[in-house]
Parts: sequence; C-alpha cells; structure tokens
Amino acid sequence: MRLKLVPANTKFDYFRLSLFTLGASGLAMVLAIVMFFIVGLNYGIDFRGGTTIRTESTQTVDVGAYRDALAPLSLGDVSITEVFDPNFPDDKNVTQIRIEQQEGDEAVTSDTIGAVKAALQALDSNMSFPSVESVGPKVSGELIQTAVLAVFLAIGAVLFYIWLRFEWQFSVGAVAALVHDVVLTIGIFSVLQIKFDLAIIAAILTIVGYSLNDTVVVFDRVRENLRKFKTTDLKDVLNMSINETLSRTVMTSVTTLIALISLFILGGDVIRGFVFAMIWGVVVGTYSSVFVASAILLRLGVKRDWTKSDNGGGAAGTQYANIDA
Amino acid sequence: MLQFSIWKKIVIIGLCLLGVALAMPNAFYTKVEQHNDAVIEVATGLTETPERKAAIAGWPTWLPSNLVNLGLDLRGGAHLLAEVKVEEVYATRLDGMWGEIRDALRQERATIGTIRRQDSGADELRVRISKPDQIAKAIEIVQALARPVVSLTGVGATDISVSGENGEIVVRLSEPEKIATDDRTMRQSLEIIRRRVDEVGTREPTIQRQGERRILIQVPGIGSAEELKSLIGTTAKLTFHPVVRTTSDGDASPGARNFVVPDLEEDGLFYILEQSPVVTGEELVDAQPSFDQNGRPAVSFRFNPTGGRKFGQYTADNIGSPFAIVLDNEVISAPVIQSHISGGSGIITGRFTVEDSTELAILLRAGALPAGMTFLEERTIGPELGQDSIDAGKIATMIAFGAVLVFMVLSYGLFGLFANVALILNVALIFGLLSMIGATLTLPGIAGIVLTIGMAVDANVLVFERIREELKTAKGPARAIELGYEKAISAIVDANVTTFIAAVILFAIGSGPVRGFSITLGLGILTSVFTAIWVTRLIVSIWFEWRRPRHIEV
Repeated sequence: MRLKLVPANTKFDYFRLSLFTLGASGLAMVLAIVMFFIVGLNYGIDFRGGTTIRTESTQTVDVGAYRDALAPLSLGDVSITEVFDPNFPDDKNVTQIRIEQQEGDEAVTSDTIGAVKAALQALDSNMSFPSVESVGPKVSGELIQTAVLAVFLAIGAVLFYIWLRFEWQFSVGAVAALVHDVVLTIGIFSVLQIKFDLAIIAAILTIVGYSLNDTVVVFDRVRENLRKFKTTDLKDVLNMSINETLSRTVMTSVTTLIALISLFILGGDVIRGFVFAMIWGVVVGTYSSVFVASAILLRLGVKRDWTKSDNGGGAAGTQYANIDA
Repeated sequence: MLQFSIWKKIVIIGLCLLGVALAMPNAFYTKVEQHNDAVIEVATGLTETPERKAAIAGWPTWLPSNLVNLGLDLRGGAHLLAEVKVEEVYATRLDGMWGEIRDALRQERATIGTIRRQDSGADELRVRISKPDQIAKAIEIVQALARPVVSLTGVGATDISVSGENGEIVVRLSEPEKIATDDRTMRQSLEIIRRRVDEVGTREPTIQRQGERRILIQVPGIGSAEELKSLIGTTAKLTFHPVVRTTSDGDASPGARNFVVPDLEEDGLFYILEQSPVVTGEELVDAQPSFDQNGRPAVSFRFNPTGGRKFGQYTADNIGSPFAIVLDNEVISAPVIQSHISGGSGIITGRFTVEDSTELAILLRAGALPAGMTFLEERTIGPELGQDSIDAGKIATMIAFGAVLVFMVLSYGLFGLFANVALILNVALIFGLLSMIGATLTLPGIAGIVLTIGMAVDANVLVFERIREELKTAKGPARAIELGYEKAISAIVDANVTTFIAAVILFAIGSGPVRGFSITLGLGILTSVFTAIWVTRLIVSIWFEWRRPRHIEV
C-alpha cells in the first residue's frame, strides 16, 4: 500500500475562483508593500551598519540591567533581545545586542567594543562573547545595492530563459508568480520583524529558484498538452495539466518542507530566520505556480495555431513543435 | 532507453565511487585534519615527534585526504575588510622626489634664483623660486626629471605633471602614475599582511584583494578581530630624520617643513625633526635582534645600496649632530653621529627587552604597511558558536535525511528505495566535489545541502509520477519506464536550469556565507540531476533485467 497525498485522478477546477484568488494575491501584495513602507524591515547590520554582539552567560538575563549598564556609554540606539532556542541547555542564556553605526567610516573602534564588553562583564563576570560583528556604513550601502541587483538579475535571467524555452505569455506568468513570492516574503518579514540580512537575500533567491521550478514543471505539462489536444479549450488544458502534475507538486513540496522544518527546529537560532524565509517561500511558491502563474497565463491566452501566422511568422517566441526536436 | 551500454555503466558507477571516495575523509574529519597538518609540518622541516608520527599514521596516505574547508562561521575566527588609504603613498612618493628636484633646481640657481619648498596639500609638492619670471625654465628643469610610468596601462605617460601657479612650481603625480602607484601599494599591502599573518602560523588564512583598494582578511582560529587588527595594523614605519632641536612642549610650533615627535621613553621630551627623512625602513634589507656593546638588547639592520649610500653621505656630512630614529611616530633614540658610517649597516638601541627587539626585528623585516587602513567590516565568531552550529547542522541534516528517506519509501515502495540510494550518493557527491575543489562550507551552505536533500528527490518524483501515468495507458512496464524518463526530462532540465541560474547569480554577486550557500546549491543541482537521470535509471535498469517483472507498481 502506498502513501498517497493526492488521490490518483483529480479533476479540480483551479480557475473557478480565479477572480477571488488573483484578487486575494493582489490584495496580499498591496498589504505587503504597505507594511514595507509603513513598518519597514528590521534590517540587520549587513544593510544598515552597526555592531551586533552575542552574549552568553550561565546567569539569567535581565535585559533592563544590560540596558542600564550600556546607557552611560551613550552609543545611540541600542537594542537588546534575548535569544531563545529549544536546543539550549537551561544554564545557557544568550542575548543579541545591536548597536547603531557610530560616526565615521570605520566599522567600529576597538574602544567601543572594549567598553561594551567591560560594562557587561562588570554586571555578570562569567559572560562570554561568542560573536562580535561590525559593518561600516560604506560597506552596508554597497551590500544593499548588490543584493537588490542580485534579485533583479535573477528575475531578469529567468524571464529570458522561459521566454526562450516557452512563450512570452508563460514568461510573464512565471515572473508575476516570482514577484508575488518575493513581495510576500518581504511583507512577512516586515510584519513579523524578523531580522533581514544578507542570508535572507540568499533565501529569497532560492525561493525564486524554487517557485520557478514549480511553475516550470506545470508549464512544461501545459506545453505538452497544448500540442496533444489542439482544439481543447485553454482553460481545460491548464486544469488538466495542473491536475496531472498535482501529485508531483505536493510530493516535492512535502519532501522539501520536511527537510526545511527539521532545519528550522534543530538547526540553531543563527539560521532560523533564513530557514523561515525558505519555508515561507516553498508554501507561497507552490501556491503561486498554480494560482498566479497559470491564472495569468489563462488571462493572457496562448497563440495556438501557428499555421495562420498573422505577421509573417515574426511573433516572438518559439514554436512548440520545435522545442524538443 | 532502459538498456545501458557497458561503458556507460562503468562511467556512471566509476563517478559514484570516485565521489564517495573523495567524500569519505570528511567522515573522519579530525583524524584526517591532524594527519594533513602533521604531513605539512614534517614537510616544512619540523622534527618528527611521536605525536606527529601518530597523527600521520592515523590516516593511510594512499587514501584521499582532501577535506571540505570549514568557513569562519563554523570554525570560529576573525574576518576583516580593510580599505587601504592609497592616497597616503602619493605624499611619500613626492617627498622622495624632493631631493632630486632640489638638486636639479639648485644647479640652475643663476637663472631661476633661490628655491624654497612650500607647505602644500598631501598630493602636491610646491616650490617657490625667487625669480618668478623664470618659472617656465624651472618647470622645464623639473619636467626633465619625469620618468616613464612602469605599468601596462600607462604606456607613454610620465610619472609627474609639473605646472606653474603664482610663481610656484607645482609637482603632482600624473593619473597613470597614481593608478600604477595604487596597484603597487595594494600588492605591497597584501604581501605584508600575508607575511604577518603567516608569522602567527594559523591554518588556511584567506587574504584577498577585493575591488580597487580593499583587502579581505579571514583568519580561522584567531581569538578576535581585535587581535587580527593589532597584528596587521602595527605599522612599524621606520625613518631616520635630522634633528632640529629638542623641546619639552608638545604643542611647540615646529616651523615650516618640520614636525614634532615625542620620545618613546621619556615623558615630556619632544624632538623637532625635519619632515623629509634621510632614509626610510623601506630601504632596509635585513633586521636582526642583537645586543649592543653593553650587552643590552638591540636591533641591527642593513640598508640596500641606495639606502646605504644616502646614510653614509649624510653621516659623513653631519658628524657631531644628532640623528633621530623614528618608529611609528615616536623617537626610539637620537644618537649623535660620531663618525662617518659606511657600509650601510647600523644598530638601533633603546630600552628594549629581548622580546621587544625580536618583535621589532620581525616587523622591520616584514616591512611597514605602505599606507594606513580603515576597517570597514569586522566579524569575530567564537569557536564554541561554530561548533554549536556544526552540531545543530549535523542533527538537522540527519533528521531531514531520515525523514525524506522514509517518506520516499512510503510513497514509492521499491522505487522510493532506488531514489534513496541515489539521494545518499547525491550527498556523497556534493561532499566529494566540495572537497575536491577545496570549497568552503558555511552555515548557509549546510542549509543549501539540506534544501538539496529536499529538492533532489524532485527529479525522481517527476520521473516516478510520469511512469505511474504511463502505466495507466499500459504498454508494458518496460515501455512505461522508458516513456517516463523520456517525457520527464524536459521538465527536469527546465526546472533545474532556472534554479541553477539563481545559484550562479548568487555566486557571482554574493560574498562570504552567501557564496558558500550558492556553491552547495549549485553543486547540489548538478549532482541531483546526474543521480536522478543516470544513477536511479541505472539501478532501475539493472533491477529490471534481473527480475523481469510482468507488472510494476510505482
């Protein structure tokens, strides 16, 4: 007996509620953008400069006392958060202290770090500092630029590849799904105020890759079925293709999620934000390849009959018949 | 085709075995690491102690011994991104030219009158002449001293540009010369940092030039970024200056072209020195710890021929006057020149301990950094945190691995088992490739591997689902399997190429941990496509030929 997550022959109609799902996606994107502009992202030091210090102690943490100890140093904006992790033993108390960028190009001066350490150790003599990281303003500015560039380049490259392999309508559908995923990821990060750093950009690019992976598998089947059923309504072809690939879509999402969730729970607090972004991306990416990419493809329509070339065969794209020749 | 030619089989199996063999040393990380270290230590001429012998014997030499490098976030250590202030060198270069320019102009005193160097910005040298109407002549004289730029890009250009402004000659470095100088400064800085880091003898430091004027320094196993900074940031800039006078007032006005320097030992004692040094530490060829005639620790040094000549000339001309030895803007000592010192060697005495003199000799030998540095980024990761991350990563990977294996068997039965063999090989291949190319594994890199575990089954799932579908239209199991592979391939290729594009972009643009992630993700895509298309198919084909099943269930 096999474990079957999806019954053998599904006949769902994915576009019955397409107005509703597209509307919901659109609304979610608008909300995400609004959140981004109103609340903003909780940028890590990679993007806004400053210093983070991780402290570790056997004594329980009193954030207020830490704050009072650091107040005389007048370091500007200091945020102190206690880090909880199910894997920590009881006597391991960790905090993450973030200090805003001080004057000058230099990432941090030795004196600042020394003063912070001394002030905290005066409070709790067995405190240790497993990591101290500082990024200066020059570098953080560049890091933002390259990160944004990376995301745009990735989306652009993918747009081009799909246009090459499919049709421009597919390309638009796939990229709409990608933008949807990226925007919603940024949205959830601004809602939950999870630290947004370089690693999250890597996660977003992986989401781009994963979401595409999913979309491309569906589109590949659409392409095949369009060739097979030349006269069937596009909507039926899309529904058929999604139903046929549904079991694979669910299987892959589930195995990927199994791996990611184990990493989320057991992988330690350092990469938890990163893994969260990927879990979110897998869920959203799976949804968007059906309800955004395909729905948009349906709305745009696909040129079916290439024998009646309307402008001398000069239309962009590749004929289906030639693709796997 | 379900059948494989014998050659294909050999190649596929051979590649898998190679991958496993290359990955294996990582399973015995500490042992292999100790073995490798001991081998290197013995090769560099250290004696073969029993511990080293034991370490070497701990891992057979004929087995592969390449390991995956652990990134700073896993091993602990310090990371610095430094920007070199290349402009500082321009002033030094111009100062170095002053002697030559002065001598050339003095020879023409009759036509251009007396000359006097003026204070100016750091990137220019200004000379006032007493007969301003002769400025064209003076410019011509200085221009004649220009030399061609030594670089590939600046062919045909000269190193200085000379102009006249309000009766003053202004000498600046030309643009091609600046570029060439910047490049030299960077290479010199890199070399000096490398030598200093090597003195500490840590494992696999990364010292890289980044962009025009930045240097990335990563040293695993060092206590903190502070320590690393003080190691490479000590400038050890040695210069020898003529002494104008001594004073007890640190704020005393030194007069034009002079500067005030404190004494290293005596508080409240300051020297006023001429700004242009007679000789600099750059002209040293050797420095050794030694002892002076009273048996106190000292550092003896030797100049190169040019430095030796300048030193000899100056001491011959200035017998009886004091001469200051300045290290990092402090006067170590200011002995009175007793006699003409020829031969270009000398000795620095001061209130040194033996350690001081040894360290100073090392610093002098390694040379001074040509310019100061600003540290734009610095990170310290403690070894415990790294170990915690490794442990957490290991457990998470194991659990993820186990869960996916079980899930695949539950879903696809025997075929799931085949996919699992491929998955295990896949992870081995990733590690094998990482070890072979000497890539660095970072914490996000581990996440990349875990993600690959989840996604690697995708290609197999695509094929298996397709076989299931083809079985429905029943043309016999062999045909169904064949069609399954045939029809799934375009989806597999398209899906993986797109993810691979993302990985390549990450690699090209990202740095540090992000790059580590992109490497494992990219390699994971390659190996997962390989294992899904060839390895699983080979297993299926072997199984099929062996059992010849009438019907199959996927």
